[in-house]
Amino acid sequence: MARVVVDPIPRIEGHLRIEVEIQNGKVKDAWSSGTLFRGLEIILQGRDPRDAHLLTQRSCGVCTLVHSLAGVRAVEDALKIQIPPNARIVRNLTHAAQNMHDHPVHFYQLCALDWVDVVSALKAEPGKTADLSNAVSGRPQSKKYYEGLKGKLKAFVDSGQLGPFANAYWGHPDYKLPPEANLMAVGHYLDNLRQQVHAAQMTAIWGAKNPHLQGHLPGGVTVIQQLDADRIAHYLYMLKEQIAFIEEVYIPDLLAVAGFYKHWAKIGGNKNFLAFGDFAEGDKEPETFYFPRGAILNGELKLAPVDVSKITEDVSHAWYEGDKPLHPSVGETKPLMGDALKGAKPDTNGKYTWLKAPRYEDKVMEVGPLAQCLVSYVGGNKEIKENVDGALKKLQVGPDALFSTLGRLAARGIKCLVNAKRAEKWTMDLIENIKKGDTKTFTSYKLDESTSGMGAGLADVARGSLGHWINIEKGKIKNYQQVVPSTWNLGPADAKGQKGPVENALIGTPVADPKKPLEILRTVHSFDPCIACAVHVIDPHTNEVYKFRVS
Amino acid sequence: MDKSFDVPERLAVKGVTRRDFMKFCGFMATVLGLPLSFAPRIAEAVAAKRPTVVWLQFAECTGCAESFIRTTYPWAADIVLDVLNVAYFETIMAAAGDQAEQVLDDVVNKEKGKYIAIMEGAIPTKDNGVYGQIHGKTFLEIAKKVGQNAAAVICVGNCACSGGVQAAAPNPTGAKSIAEATGLKTVNLNGCPPNADNMVATVVHFLLLGKLPALDDKGRPLFAYQYLIHDNCERRGHFENEEFVKEFGDEGAAKGWCLYKVGCKGPETHNNCPIIKWNQGTNWPIGAGHPCIGCSEPGFWDNMSPFYVQKS
Ligand code: SF4
Ligand code: SF4
Repeated sequence: MARVVVDPIPRIEGHLRIEVEIQNGKVKDAWSSGTLFRGLEIILQGRDPRDAHLLTQRSCGVCTLVHSLAGVRAVEDALKIQIPPNARIVRNLTHAAQNMHDHPVHFYQLCALDWVDVVSALKAEPGKTADLSNAVSGRPQSKKYYEGLKGKLKAFVDSGQLGPFANAYWGHPDYKLPPEANLMAVGHYLDNLRQQVHAAQMTAIWGAKNPHLQGHLPGGVTVIQQLDADRIAHYLYMLKEQIAFIEEVYIPDLLAVAGFYKHWAKIGGNKNFLAFGDFAEGDKEPETFYFPRGAILNGELKLAPVDVSKITEDVSHAWYEGDKPLHPSVGETKPLMGDALKGAKPDTNGKYTWLKAPRYEDKVMEVGPLAQCLVSYVGGNKEIKENVDGALKKLQVGPDALFSTLGRLAARGIKCLVNAKRAEKWTMDLIENIKKGDTKTFTSYKLDESTSGMGAGLADVARGSLGHWINIEKGKIKNYQQVVPSTWNLGPADAKGQKGPVENALIGTPVADPKKPLEILRTVHSFDPCIACAVHVIDPHTNEVYKFRVS
Repeated sequence: MDKSFDVPERLAVKGVTRRDFMKFCGFMATVLGLPLSFAPRIAEAVAAKRPTVVWLQFAECTGCAESFIRTTYPWAADIVLDVLNVAYFETIMAAAGDQAEQVLDDVVNKEKGKYIAIMEGAIPTKDNGVYGQIHGKTFLEIAKKVGQNAAAVICVGNCACSGGVQAAAPNPTGAKSIAEATGLKTVNLNGCPPNADNMVATVVHFLLLGKLPALDDKGRPLFAYQYLIHDNCERRGHFENEEFVKEFGDEGAAKGWCLYKVGCKGPETHNNCPIIKWNQGTNWPIGAGHPCIGCSEPGFWDNMSPFYVQKS
């Protein structure tokens, strides 16, 4: 039996360590550890509730914006503020653009190198690569282009300075793409770096800047003068460009890669999924969500309702005190500090991470685009159903294939496309609303020493279901809790020994060479880990019992 | 300017000649499309190696790295692949685990005194820094080792420059800036995050002129941080006319009036946002009707908040 530790896991946000035990060429057991603790919840205490979204946004600069969204919603829920339709639409448009940024970046920059062998691309014939791109890509390139690209790559490799490509697992036997497909993918890897710049610009149209947007605040959005024809046209124009990239490059690449890696449709799956749902198209939530709320249980394609009061967090294997799972609204967080921490060295028999273990009805739940797609598939989202069915048909696999590492990658692309296309409709809704003479973008409210309230801000974002819980007392933040997608996915085992989703997904994964655990990276990356936001859901100073109400 | 920032001299001390150094400066010139007066150096530069850069991430959110990849002049891909030898950068690098660690060790041991260290994130110092670890080592150990052996340390973002969000009161993990935690001299590209254009400009300045740009008393490059937001703000006329937004969504907001009364910290914040704007000039906070929160000033989470309230 071999123990393999992969630390750092690169191409993610944050600091993650994965330890696995390998027996007979397969992962027998796995432990996921978050190795950084920042303590944002403590820092939030005593501050002005209106500042929470600015501070929580700094949880993560990759999925920037989403903590801002959950933050403003938490305050709005606590203070019973209904935002105007224009604000709702502007937030949806900005959030959708963020997804158009996030998902392709995940596929090309963070994931692709696990499936694409850059060194093998040097053996590609440019002519054949052009033929391949003609056959599969919506944006074929010429032989000349691929000659140039190959030349550039060769010069790069010959220089002996491989930069970010140095010392990887090139030549690993499970790299299955032919050299031409590898070269084509290298081209798209570079194209994506350009495409993502434009997606970020879209978020800045009404969000000022990216990363870390400024344009939301409890009550609505700050833009009002800016809801003009020029900016709407700018957004729409860039949206069309994004949709074209997703349709012509991203989706065909996903399908092409999947075609060579069909064995990965049986690896890395989970059975339970949770989606809070998002993108309200009316005042009522969650009823008007475009991506519905719901759960999938035991791998059955059937919609189960979700009651967020059934969420608990367990700390048996995390560096906290506490012996029973608690709802985030009454969560107690007593982190180990000083000597008790024993240097925060992961102990696979005991405590090994800064992440708690969230559970729903005591069950381990995977969150993220796959969960969103599965719930939308059975929850009445026509466009998701059509696109998922289309992809399954093209790959000639059944719906079972969705419950896998490959399914996770495919779902992310499909959700991205469907979300982008729906943004066209939301843009039209905005125009209609403004034409009707409705220019309201902010609902005013009172906040002073007499203000108290508790609320939850839920969102379903690039990496999955995100929840912020706030308790406002005398106009100040009494307590704040974040239960974030990467805590759900990358959290540890619980008291019952039920492993977290990533740990589960890793068990059974074949590892051809324990010194080059490429397969582990594939499954871990398919979750799109984002650790900075997952590691500060605690309070190391007080032993206070949090009392929240979940609405 | 502090002598220790004169990089050619620091390099000379460490055994790298000025001539070697100028080689890669010339190489930069072609890539960056700079004046032809750099041409003589270009020939020399053919054999030159791309300068090695390691980008380390500590207690941070990766927003600074994300900001950097938004650059288009030149495109981030060109910088990462053609201009620099970005040997270690967890956000984009292919290598993992032991192999990644080995890359970093190799740079520190074999390119001592020649590489540039870019650092993002603060250093937790409480309990010997156990709150942040990579490959079983604390951030504190890593920052010291990599920083001490670098030709220059460029800090990106408020976290690395002044502790940032995790250092805000009550600073649960004892987070400190790189300079405070390691005792090293650093260039501080402050901001949460800093603007990509300012990051690139700093690197370009370093590569072309052989030294880091002139800095203010907080270690921030003057070319960007000598400006006060308020002095270059498009809404300044309204400030002078006392035309203020009194509440978001009001008539003043619809007319683009001054945001001072809803908390704008532009009068105390140094940065060039109003001049260069963000995301290829798409917008900037005050352009979106949102007050400046002062993110390029040390301690802004405590000193400038509450953000939507006029500073008394
Ligand atoms: S300075 Fe801001 S953007 Fe940069 S790492 Fe820190 S929190 Fe993130
Ligand atoms: S909006 Fe801010 S920076 Fe601009 S003039 Fe008013 S106070 Fe000054």
